Amino acid sequence: MKPTNKALIATAFATALISMPHTAAAAEKEKCYGVSMAGENDCAAGPGTTCAGTSKVNYQGNAWTLVDAGTCTTMMLPAMENGEARMGSLEPLERDLPMNG
Amino acid sequence: MSTQTDFRMALLDPDRPAPPNLQDGRGGAAGRRFAVYRNNVAVSLGEALETGFPTVAKLLGEQNFRGIAALFLRATPPQSPLMMTYGSGFADFLAGFAPVQHLGYLADVARLDYAMRLSYHAADAQALAPEALQTLMSGDLSVARLTLAPALRLIRSDWPLHAIWRFNHDDGPAPAPRAEAVLITRPEFDPVPWVLPPGGAVFITAILNGATLGDAFEAASTDTPEFDLSALLALLIQDQCITGMESQT
Amino acid sequence: MLDRAFPNDLPALPGVGYKPQHYASIIADPAPVGWLEIHAENYMGDGGRPLAQLRHLAERFPISVHGVGLSIGGDGRLDADHLARLKHLCDWLNPASFSEHLAWSTHDSAFLNDLLPLPYTDATLTRVADHVDELQAVLGRRILLENPSSYLAFAESHWSETDFLREVARRTGCGLLLDVNNVFVSATNLGLDARAYIADFPLDQVGEIHLGGHDEDHDDQGRPLLIDSHGAEIADPVWTLLGETLALSGPRPVLVEWDNDVPDWPVLAAEASRAARALDPLTKVPA
Repeated sequence: MKPTNKALIATAFATALISMPHTAAAAEKEKCYGVSMAGENDCAAGPGTTCAGTSKVNYQGNAWTLVDAGTCTTMMLPAMENGEARMGSLEPLERDLPMNG
Repeated sequence: MSTQTDFRMALLDPDRPAPPNLQDGRGGAAGRRFAVYRNNVAVSLGEALETGFPTVAKLLGEQNFRGIAALFLRATPPQSPLMMTYGSGFADFLAGFAPVQHLGYLADVARLDYAMRLSYHAADAQALAPEALQTLMSGDLSVARLTLAPALRLIRSDWPLHAIWRFNHDDGPAPAPRAEAVLITRPEFDPVPWVLPPGGAVFITAILNGATLGDAFEAASTDTPEFDLSALLALLIQDQCITGMESQT
Repeated sequence: MLDRAFPNDLPALPGVGYKPQHYASIIADPAPVGWLEIHAENYMGDGGRPLAQLRHLAERFPISVHGVGLSIGGDGRLDADHLARLKHLCDWLNPASFSEHLAWSTHDSAFLNDLLPLPYTDATLTRVADHVDELQAVLGRRILLENPSSYLAFAESHWSETDFLREVARRTGCGLLLDVNNVFVSATNLGLDARAYIADFPLDQVGEIHLGGHDEDHDDQGRPLLIDSHGAEIADPVWTLLGETLALSGPRPVLVEWDNDVPDWPVLAAEASRAARALDPLTKVPA
C-alpha cells in the first residue's frame, strides 16, 4: 500500500461524510407506503379460452418474427460491434455521482 | 405415463391433443374447456415475465414481448413456486434468441430488470450511521474491509445500460454508445439504479470479493487513474449500503 | 341450523385478500374489514417492503395465510424446500389460519402457476390425505383445504367433490375452506346444482368462506363456461348462495378476493361491506 493511497482513502472518507445531508430517516411505517414490484402469486384464473395458450405460432420459435415496435425502434442506439470498439468511444461522464437513475 | 404427465405436456404444447379422459361434466368431451388451463398457464407466466422485465417489455413492445415470453415460458417454466424469482434464465435466453441478435444490449437489460427485482426482495440490513463511520475513521482505513448491504447489486455492461434504463423509465436522453456499469442500491425499500463512474465497478467488485479498502482503491486506480473514491463512498453512505466495517487485516 | 363456533382464530367478519396498493387505505381506515388474507408465496423473499408491510399489518389484523403453490394434489412428493418456507413464514407470523388448495401446480419440478384439476379417485384421495398429513405435521397446525373451480371433469372420478373433501377432512383432521364462487362456477360449468353441493358440504368443518368475481365464456356447445378470474365484482347469484350457505353454517369468516384488475380501495371495501350485511342477521340473534 502506497502511503499516498492511505491518505487518499482517509480524505475520500472524510469528504464523503461531510457531503452527507443531515436528514432524519423516514419512519418505517412511512417507508412501507410505496409501490410493489412485480412477481406476485395469486389463485385467480386467466382470461378464459383466448388463444394465448393454444396458438401454435406462440409455440414454434422458427415461425416467430419481430415486429417493428417498442422503444428499441426509437432509441437510436447505434449498433455496436463488440466491447473493444465501444471502449474506444467511451466518453467522460457528464455528471458526477450521486446521480439518480 | 401418469395423468399429470399427460396433462402437463398437453398444457404446454398446443400440438398435443387434450388428454382423452377429460369431460364436460355431462359425459361429453372436454373440448375447448382444456384451453382454459392452457391459457391460465401461458397468460399468468407471460404476465409475470412482462411485469418482471419492465424495461425489456418497453424496448420490445407488447406484441414482441408476449411472443418471446410465450417461447421462453414453454422452454423454461418456473422451477420454484415463487413467482418473484421467475425469469433467472431469461437474459441468457434472449442472448441466444436469433430474432433479437441485432439488439445486443437486450440480455444486459434483462439482467438489470432481474437484479432490480432481487434487490427489492433482498434481506434488510442496518447501515452504519455516518457518526459510526466517523469514529471508525480514527484507524487505518486502508486495511479496513467493508460489508455491503444484501440488496446491493452490480451489473457491468458493454452497453450504455443505465442510459437505456433512464430512456425507458425516466424520459432520459437517447443513450450514447458507451459501456456502463450499474450499481443498484436500496436506500429504503425501493431499488435505485446508478451509473458508476470509470473505475467504480472495479472498486465495488473488489469490495464484494472481500478486498481491503486499500487494495480495492489500488485496483480501481490502476484501472482508472482519475478514479474518484470520495463520490462513490458518498453514494454508498447516502444510500445506506455500508452495513459493516472491519479494521483487522 | 348449525351454529357452533369453528375452532379458528379468524373472526366471523369480512376479510379481504391483501393487495400492497391498498396498504395506506387499510392503515387509514380498514372498516368494515376485520382481517386480511395474504398469499404465502408473496412473502417468501428475504426482506424489503413486502415483509415490512406484513409486519405492520399483523400488529393490527388477524392474518390468514393462503398458500397457492404447494401442489398438494401433485403426484410427486411435496417440495421439501417449499414446506420449509411455509413453516418459516408461519413460525414467524403465527397466523390466525393457514389454507391451501385441492389442486396441483408442480410436476417434475416445473411450477405451472395455475390450480390444476384432480380426478376424484381412491388413489388421489390417498395421495392428498398423505400430503395434508405431511403439511400439518410440518406446520404443527390444522390447515384448511379449499374446493377448486372446475372447468372440466375426469372420466375416472368416482367420488363426488363433497364426499372427497369430507373424507380428506375425516382422515387428516384438516378443516375446509368453502369458496362459494368456486361452487357456483363449477356447478355452472359441469351442470351440477350449486345449492345441492352446499347442502351436501360438511359445513361443520368450514373455517373460512371465500367469495370472488368471475368472468363468463362459453364452451364448444355455446353453454356458459365461467372463469374464476377474481377480476370483477361478485355476481348476484353468488351473494344469494352465500346467504343460503351462512343460513346453514352460521357465521364464518368471509373473504373477498380480487386479484386481477384490482380496483381502488373503496370498491373492494364496498364488497366487504356487502359481506358484512350478509353476516349481520346471523350475529344479531336475540339472546
